[in-house]
Amino acid sequence: MIETFWSEPGLNFHLRSLNSYVYNKGHSWQFSLNCFFIQHSLNIDPMFYEILARPIPWYVGGPLLGLMVPILFIIGNKAFGISSSYRHVCAAVIPSKLPFFNYDWKKTGGWQLQLAVGIIIGGAIAMYFTPENYQIDITSGTTETLRSYGISNFSGYLPEELFNWNSLISISGLSILVLGGFLIGFGTRYGSGCTAGHGITGMATFQKASLIATISFFIGGMLSAQFLIPLILK
Amino acid sequence: MRFIVIGIYFGFVLMKTEVVSWFRIQEMFLFDHIFMYGIFALAILTGVISVFLIRKFNIKDIDGNPIQINEKDNSKTKRYIFGGLLFGLGWGLVGTCPGPLYALIGGGYLILLIPLFSAFAGAAVYGAVQSKLPH
Repeated sequence: MIETFWSEPGLNFHLRSLNSYVYNKGHSWQFSLNCFFIQHSLNIDPMFYEILARPIPWYVGGPLLGLMVPILFIIGNKAFGISSSYRHVCAAVIPSKLPFFNYDWKKTGGWQLQLAVGIIIGGAIAMYFTPENYQIDITSGTTETLRSYGISNFSGYLPEELFNWNSLISISGLSILVLGGFLIGFGTRYGSGCTAGHGITGMATFQKASLIATISFFIGGMLSAQFLIPLILK
Repeated sequence: MRFIVIGIYFGFVLMKTEVVSWFRIQEMFLFDHIFMYGIFALAILTGVISVFLIRKFNIKDIDGNPIQINEKDNSKTKRYIFGGLLFGLGWGLVGTCPGPLYALIGGGYLILLIPLFSAFAGAAVYGAVQSKLPH
């Protein structure tokens, strides 16, 4: 179990050698990536690695995520949002006369596609600084509820028993991966925004539309977690 | 290029705050922990303060242009309710918002390419049926 520094102040986050992280990583491509880093380029101090390996506490993470709004306004004169990137991808790959996809996607959406590429790289870097057997420190109540749905593997960011290629041939896997993904794409375009564009940017600029959308996101999510997920998994 | 750098920052913070986690999203919707609500509230508060300061001091972007803060189309209601509900349902199932979907793929969870491509399909279908839906 990973201890966050807000629950246990001080340096009890126990100092293991960098090697123990490197040689026990789950993903093999990361293993080689790590070896590459260690041997050829970065000379990472284990102490530095320890600091970056810790999760960021929520009261620091919230402001860091909120800073995306001024950063994008000041550096790019853009309103922070990410789900429109789906539309730009469609506009780029689907030869279509549909008005929804008939626009200059490079000019309108180039910045957002760059942002998406950056997020992918940022995720990879964060994973490099994620220790082996990383476990999200969720409450015991949630753990119990999820166990009652049959989830037993709590390591990593996602339950790997639901998120694996074999689950694609099951109804539960299809519902979560395909139907869920479809709803994310369809819903964000229909509602013209996601948790970033409406939930953060729109709420921060006091837009009525975003308030309605954000409340709807949460109602939808609650219905999924409390009714659909148990229905699918049980 | 500068947007790639901003994206790297965003992706890294998304992962390290654990908001990308399916477990965290379930915990939030089961109302078991303040974690996600606290993150949202503080992110919005940070946004509110920044926008206030940008407006008050008439801050320009780095190219010297005035910053445009556009209004959303507040004349419509239905699209935000229906679209919002549908996105929310998907969010609860996959357990990731659009940003985290990219971050986790970068983090090596390649299985999430399936929801990502399904989301592209969802956006495409919306584009095709847009005129038939209530907005």
